[in-house]
Amino acid sequence: MTKFAIGQTVHRLEDPTLLQGKGCYTDDLRPQGAAHAFVLRSPHAHVLIRGIDTTAARKAPGVIAVLTGADAKADDLGTMPCIVPVKNHDGTPRGETPRPVLALDRARHVGDPVALVVAETYHAARDAAELIEVDYEPLPAVADVYGAAQPGAPLVWPEIKQNIVADLHLGSKEAADAAFARAAHISKIELVQNRLVANPMEPRAAFAEYDPETDRSTLHTSSQSVALLRAHIGDIVLKIGDKLRVRSGNVGGAFGMKAMMHPEQPMIVWASRRLKRAVRWTGDRSEGFLTDVQGRDHKVFAELALDKDGKFLAVRATVYAGMGAYLSQFAPMIPQSVHSMMPSVYAFEAAHLHLIETVTNTVPVDAYRGAGRPEGIYVTERLIDIAARELKIAPDELRRRNFIKPSQFPYTTAAGLVYDSGDFEGLQAKALKEADWAGFPARKAASEARGKLRGIGLTMYVERCGGAAPPDSVALKVNKDRVLVLPGTVDNGQGHMTVLKQMVSEYLGVDMEKIDVSQGDSDANPFGLTGGSRFAVVTGTAAGIAAKEVVDKGMEQAAKMLEAAAADIEYGDGDYKVKGTDRKATLFDVASAAGGIEALHIKNTGALTFPNGCHIVEVEIDPQTGVTRLDRYTIVDDFGRALNPMLLLGQVHGGTVQGIGQALLEHAVYDNESAQLLTGSFMDYAMPRADDVPSFHTTFHHTPCTTNPLGVKGAGEAGSVGAPPAIINAIVDVLHAKKGIKHIDMPATREKVWRALNG
Amino acid sequence: MYQFKFQKAKSVAEAFAGLGKDGDAKLLAGGQSLIAAMKLRLSQPSTLIDLGDIAELRQIKVETGTVTIGAMTTHATVAASAEVNKALPALAMLAGSIGDRQVRNQGTIGGSIANNDPAADYPAACLGLGATIATNKRKISADAFFKGMYETALEAGEIITSVSFAIPKRAAYVKFKNPASRFAIVGVLVADFGSSARVAVTGAGPGVFRIAEMEKALVAKFAPESVANIKVPAEGLNSDLHAQADYRAHLITVLAQRAVIAALK
Repeated sequence: MTKFAIGQTVHRLEDPTLLQGKGCYTDDLRPQGAAHAFVLRSPHAHVLIRGIDTTAARKAPGVIAVLTGADAKADDLGTMPCIVPVKNHDGTPRGETPRPVLALDRARHVGDPVALVVAETYHAARDAAELIEVDYEPLPAVADVYGAAQPGAPLVWPEIKQNIVADLHLGSKEAADAAFARAAHISKIELVQNRLVANPMEPRAAFAEYDPETDRSTLHTSSQSVALLRAHIGDIVLKIGDKLRVRSGNVGGAFGMKAMMHPEQPMIVWASRRLKRAVRWTGDRSEGFLTDVQGRDHKVFAELALDKDGKFLAVRATVYAGMGAYLSQFAPMIPQSVHSMMPSVYAFEAAHLHLIETVTNTVPVDAYRGAGRPEGIYVTERLIDIAARELKIAPDELRRRNFIKPSQFPYTTAAGLVYDSGDFEGLQAKALKEADWAGFPARKAASEARGKLRGIGLTMYVERCGGAAPPDSVALKVNKDRVLVLPGTVDNGQGHMTVLKQMVSEYLGVDMEKIDVSQGDSDANPFGLTGGSRFAVVTGTAAGIAAKEVVDKGMEQAAKMLEAAAADIEYGDGDYKVKGTDRKATLFDVASAAGGIEALHIKNTGALTFPNGCHIVEVEIDPQTGVTRLDRYTIVDDFGRALNPMLLLGQVHGGTVQGIGQALLEHAVYDNESAQLLTGSFMDYAMPRADDVPSFHTTFHHTPCTTNPLGVKGAGEAGSVGAPPAIINAIVDVLHAKKGIKHIDMPATREKVWRALNG
Repeated sequence: MYQFKFQKAKSVAEAFAGLGKDGDAKLLAGGQSLIAAMKLRLSQPSTLIDLGDIAELRQIKVETGTVTIGAMTTHATVAASAEVNKALPALAMLAGSIGDRQVRNQGTIGGSIANNDPAADYPAACLGLGATIATNKRKISADAFFKGMYETALEAGEIITSVSFAIPKRAAYVKFKNPASRFAIVGVLVADFGSSARVAVTGAGPGVFRIAEMEKALVAKFAPESVANIKVPAEGLNSDLHAQADYRAHLITVLAQRAVIAALK
């Protein structure tokens, strides 16, 4: 018997398939006869579309159809929904940015879809697209999140005054103002949250099939949620309800971006239904840069109030958050998490955020790994380092004075969240020891002897994970010899199949080899979303409940087979056993006799979890070139409990590398005048690579989560929260010592660091 | 990619004839820039004449005082060549630092210098090692070959056949890479020929160039301190979102010192 319990390292069962190139991604589906689509996009950031002449394109060889926004309107397609309602502080609702699947009279960012060409081959479609004549009238454009809100800025939407689509206050302004009024010390910062491109290895793709018998469409697409796509495309945009089935096979990275519906998905289904023919589209890397929803993009003004003993009183911020040209699905909600995370792991009296969400002529922004939590933690943890320096208190000591204490749980933070567990002081102490914090001065001296500058940076982090809507679900089906698990979540590379098999193996006492996992079919499982570090918490819990339902459902049959009362039967190790006897029947025997057992658990079972931790970074800077090398990197995390330690480390490493990318390298830069993306390829947009990243020293300081039966906390985004403040704190440690510099914005590129040191 | 005709040339003469027949034909060497540009529909040749089958363009010859590399020799071949590593290790190292493994296995020296990307590495090797570029028509000194951004002395129908490098007493190439593209933001090759010295810079300007003042100082004394205080004017250097001109100018001096140190090792 090879039963793998929860908590063991099981190597990824996905890898033999994926590493041999035997995976099945959306673009691998290439049936004979499928038509190919190419999307013609606006080359301008802001234009009126005076007319589109498709005559020549429609006559081009191999062309099947050329569709425009007018066709979509004639077919009564709905607009792309933003599902987050927001009330402005004056009581009015947020602005609306109705987004058609194909632009109608105006395009609002470079890459905005203008026409769809469907042809027998990809090249025929692309050749024909060049024959489409669009009469564009360029308009002034705006790209800067802060500049957009200033008087006189070009308007992305004439209806939205000063480009401010939402203006709201979170937390009590009065309480924060009162705390600031009696502060002995106030530390301030002005900072930028650099805009990022998700850049998964697998680009977005959509492939729609149509079945004339049933009038149903199947959309195969790389996603994080077949359930949400089914609902949004089927119910809202195409208005065909359950005549749409959405499927996702292997997904090569998503990072939040693929949770969102993008225009090509409904567009391809629509084209397929019009033509009664399979249509496929795969975006290329350039299209990814120009159309995949992007991340971050904030301009922040923030302050921290302390009393005379260095006790934190309040934190407040004004954040301008870029939404891009249209409000994407969850977009206005993402920066609200800045407020919920601003108190971090500390006892504050008040936390207040004035959030101003602006539209610009840029790609829409939405959830990107961390989704508001990195942005919030960064504000506070940068402020704390500034305060520590100003008050001449060691950064670890200032944090120690303000930690929420273990005895205070459950603890309601100044932002209103209820933390269930944690040992922040113990965790920081462990991290300081693991990082050899005390040995830093000696290492610094050694660096200086080699002409290099060494800095150390510390950050604590906490984030809110799992539990939140939408509901998640797990369906379990047991037949005579196998268990089939159908999760509502979609694996994007995390190793869900491995961990699900581990969990169900433990729940049912069945060998992992006898368990199959099948994901990504809205017909099989209509609920679920991968995102917000919720798989372990939500899917894990739901699988446990579904497993118990399976066992309960088999009890009657087992009682019959064992000729005993159900009350006398207990379940364990895959067997129904009559208590006190050796009479037993296996789950498979019972399922076989019962004609199969099925359970579908659909409920939002998990409450919130609060993973937390500490990152300590030592940088070594070459003052002649500004090159910043991450020399030592220590991470201590509290994830409650590890389901699979190896996969957990993979999550920590991956998240941290993304955070390193944000801190040092990545930046979606738009030209201020033209709003053209200047970093639209890997020639100009720097992704973190193996040689940019140190070896991580990672360890854990778990305190079990009390809000879910597994005791786990979300881990998928943690690294992306901890890395940016730790790295910038370390760089500023050097810049302040040498030049009295208080802050450097991300990405802290080599040139920026060099200028700071030589300015 | 637009449609195009494809022709495999069996000899340089055949390739030359092909170019004569079709004014919009282009030569295909390793294709590491051309194919990418064609895929982006930025380049639209009517015919590609592939030089890949011409064995005579793939030879490496080391003779007294010179290393000659056939135009179609890949970067990986140069980097791994025992002869080149022995005779002119700086050249092998430079070739081994180009792009990534895939690029090095496909890209060629002839293709690289004919393209003359302002951030390419081989132009620095050619200029810094006093190379002579041989074509089907003539021999051109590196000093006369490179004409600024993507421009060379090559005339219509002229095909590079090989590049001969003078073997210096010592040389080294140091590159400061763009973190995104990994092309040179600045790359400096220094070479000590005893009675003369060469300092060639790539990446920093619109094309590869030499720094006479540094060369003079290095002839007097081949040591890092000789170039440490020689400032390069920022005027005319590239200025973009990866590096402003003054940063590039500063880096040239830093890298020149580091290249001299590396050459002395």
